[in-house]
Amino acid sequence: MFDFCADPKSLEGFQWLACYLTTGKHMLFYQSFVFVIVLMLITAPIALAVGFAGALASRSHIPPVRWLGVGYTSIVRGVPDIAFFLFMPLALDQGLEWVRHKVKCPDWTDAIRQGNDFVVCAEAKLPLSSSPQWVHEYYSIALGIAAFAFVFGAFAAFVMAGAMNAVPRAQMETAEAYGMTRRQATWRILVPQMWTYALPGLSNLWMILIKATPLLFLLGIEDVVFWARELGGRKTQAFDYPHPDWRLWYFLALLVFYLLLTKLSEIGFARLSRRLARGQATLAGMEGAKA
Amino acid sequence: MSCLQTIADYGLRSIGIGERLLPKADITLCQQFTLIGSGLIWNVYFALCALILGFGLSISLALARNSASPWLRKPADWFIFVFRGSPLFIQFFLFYEAFTLLPKNGLELNLGFTTLTAETRWLTRAGAGALIVLFLNTSAYAGEIFHGALRSVPKGDLEAADAYGFSGFKKFRRITFPTMLRLGWPAYTNEAIFLTHATTLVYFSSFPAWQQKGDALYYANYFADKTFNPFISYPILAFYFILLSLAIIFLYGRVYRHLNRHLPQARKPRLRPRPQLMR
Repeated sequence: MFDFCADPKSLEGFQWLACYLTTGKHMLFYQSFVFVIVLMLITAPIALAVGFAGALASRSHIPPVRWLGVGYTSIVRGVPDIAFFLFMPLALDQGLEWVRHKVKCPDWTDAIRQGNDFVVCAEAKLPLSSSPQWVHEYYSIALGIAAFAFVFGAFAAFVMAGAMNAVPRAQMETAEAYGMTRRQATWRILVPQMWTYALPGLSNLWMILIKATPLLFLLGIEDVVFWARELGGRKTQAFDYPHPDWRLWYFLALLVFYLLLTKLSEIGFARLSRRLARGQATLAGMEGAKA
Repeated sequence: MSCLQTIADYGLRSIGIGERLLPKADITLCQQFTLIGSGLIWNVYFALCALILGFGLSISLALARNSASPWLRKPADWFIFVFRGSPLFIQFFLFYEAFTLLPKNGLELNLGFTTLTAETRWLTRAGAGALIVLFLNTSAYAGEIFHGALRSVPKGDLEAADAYGFSGFKKFRRITFPTMLRLGWPAYTNEAIFLTHATTLVYFSSFPAWQQKGDALYYANYFADKTFNPFISYPILAFYFILLSLAIIFLYGRVYRHLNRHLPQARKPRLRPRPQLMR
């Protein structure tokens, strides 16, 4: 990075630190912070969409759809989320390969599960063994996102179902009195009004999502935890920048990063909640109108 | 091998009693049920100890946050902010690294007249080290819950207490504390469930599962790796945890009934844990 970094062993003090913190691996470490934030920004809308569908399903008039919606939210809430993060990628991967196997190799006669192996034909492998390295990496990240969206979708569904129930009954009755169909009343009256009731729960969910991101490490993704362990471990004289075990300091840095992230989100949500309360028939809305 | 034999061999495997080697080939359903259930001992241990120890600290934190003195209020604010604002997973790593940095042959405590040697090795074991992290973590979350409950104790109740001549500690013990507990209880139930779920993180952070003595998720993951089939071991784990969650709701519901025993029968609220204040 800097000119004076050519010979790291001769450096001391501040120069050493400046060179140490700008090595190639440290740059990857800094990138992984951006990666975590990007990942959350991708996951949140997907989880929100899944949650919205789940909430509508759990209010449905068709019993099987309703059972599906209610069952989905209650099972995910009853089981540790880490179990889902470990289960989902593997299950999704095998499920997709199984479907592709059935479609692409219909005349394959061997069993797919042979003892402790899961064997599908070469064309059904996901990703194909001939595909480049980046496809493999993106595939495992996509599976991770799917697992997150599944878990947080269930929580979001629960929050939004509660918010839909919190919309004053009189509003829906008025819609019916005006001759709206059920579908019209849902989309024109219920959905626009539910957000202010859903916001406290959803903001809480966003905080949980932030705090769940280090679990990506368990899926074998090179995230902040991976790099903190990698860079912080003891480095002998064989390395350019030898140092004792500094993992404590690296994890302290991660702690500060997450504290900042949650604090900033809290401030952001407080603003959003004031904005959404405008014009609502609640105490917060009345205070907003006065100001 | 019969299923009873398997239970005898592996039923207490997670605490080191019974067969040493884990099943490697020809894994049966019975073995999976037994070992994952055996791992549940650790989850219950962590959850129970952390909740019991954490209850005291969380009440102290709630009171400290409500105190007029900044010397009490500020530390409590910061404690809750740090433990609620950061991921438990990172806290496990951080504390584990801190515990391993402690001197290997114990800390020398000089008390003036004598020197005590405090053993520190046991802190790097999951059974103690992870419990400390879970205890501090749940105290912070429950402290926040009880602080909120303390703030919403009805003013009329406190004025009535004053009118009856209650004051000081007696007023707290007879009026403020029971009301606070009652108001915070549904959210606290929720916290207990989520803490129980969080205990599965222990063996997936730095804390090593010594001699393959792990918790339920550790064994579920072991079987999924060995058989390459996640569709059996994880549903078993889910089954156990749903039972555990129901047990918590039942127990906390009994306590909630006790806390509300003075209310007229028809107005008694039923305990419905709502994840509005989740961790």
